[in-house]
Amino acid sequence: MSREATLVTADWVEQNLDNDQVVLVEVDEDTTAYDKGHIQGAIKLDWTTDLQDQVRRDFVSKEQFEALLSQRGVGNDHTVVLYGGNNNWFAAYAYWYFKLYGHQDVKLLDGGRKKWELDSRELTTDLPDRAPTQYVAQQQDRSIRAFRDEVVAAIGSQNLVDVRSPDEYAGRLLAPAHLPQEQAQRAGHIPTAASVPWSKAANDDGTFKSDDELKEIYSEAGVDWGKDTIAYCRIGERSSHTWFVLKELLGQQNVKNYDGSWTEYGSLVGVPVVLGDEPGEA
Amino acid sequence: MACGAVVGGRSLEGVDVTKEAIIQGQVTRSGEPVGNAYVRLLDSTGEFTAEVPTDDAGQFRFFAGNGRWTLRTLAPRAEVVDRTVAAQVGAVAEVAISV
Repeated sequence: MSREATLVTADWVEQNLDNDQVVLVEVDEDTTAYDKGHIQGAIKLDWTTDLQDQVRRDFVSKEQFEALLSQRGVGNDHTVVLYGGNNNWFAAYAYWYFKLYGHQDVKLLDGGRKKWELDSRELTTDLPDRAPTQYVAQQQDRSIRAFRDEVVAAIGSQNLVDVRSPDEYAGRLLAPAHLPQEQAQRAGHIPTAASVPWSKAANDDGTFKSDDELKEIYSEAGVDWGKDTIAYCRIGERSSHTWFVLKELLGQQNVKNYDGSWTEYGSLVGVPVVLGDEPGEA
Repeated sequence: MACGAVVGGRSLEGVDVTKEAIIQGQVTRSGEPVGNAYVRLLDSTGEFTAEVPTDDAGQFRFFAGNGRWTLRTLAPRAEVVDRTVAAQVGAVAEVAISV
């Protein structure tokens, strides 16, 4: 992939507000953000209810995803443009999720909601009225989703990229600092994982850094471009942001997102864990 | 003022203050709350740790750790404002930021 195929600017979105082929979708960590104001015509997806199975810890099924997008008026041939708060964390998560279920044309709004707001661009509380569709999803593309056994097997053989903050990596914090400190049983990181906080890939306004800057960041952190890569964070949303950078912007092959991430790994019995700022040994 | 209440800050009801190192405050412009600002929490090395949008009252909150932190505030039509703050488990650090 490339920047042109996967990212759009705020100007592009403004020029395409009335384009019937384009569906804007807002996905936020704060699921009430959309209700306070959103880009004209945008629909909302709630990552806690729309995109998660409500009983077990997993995603909604292919059939549920089809029903969701059909009901919200998203068609298979639509260009889906995702944006959200938190520097597009959850929009990138939804991007990866749309790719997981085989949607062809998905893009991210560079900078997301923050860039839009800092530019003082218009937001509305008007709700869009979209006609239902007959959406057909594909089987999950497991080439972009990692499960725990693959992650354990990747220690010492593949690139593991821990995209959480340095304090979470070292085990000094268990969760992002805007959330109460809870969740996994143990703090720390997966042995051999490189620490590349997702935020290194973004400018202050939430837009992505240039390809050259991005390549340098991951190279310096020890990412071997000849190896397969698994990215993880706490629950798989910040690592979607890094997955997007490595796979979609830099065109790296075989990059997976480990959506179980630290809340799963840090609660597994018997797996190796490293504390402190160094990656540790396999 | 009741014990534990904080001037200008968000209610701490439901938060176990004894277990958290809380940094919170309010962003204002000419004394008025700024409800669409973004506050970033940077660690002692300047590394990004977290970011929150302010609410309608201009307020924000972080659950940090012991040590020195920098709050970087971005708001529409304003210069970036950096403020340093010390946080400690069991304490609430209140920061007033004007842009």
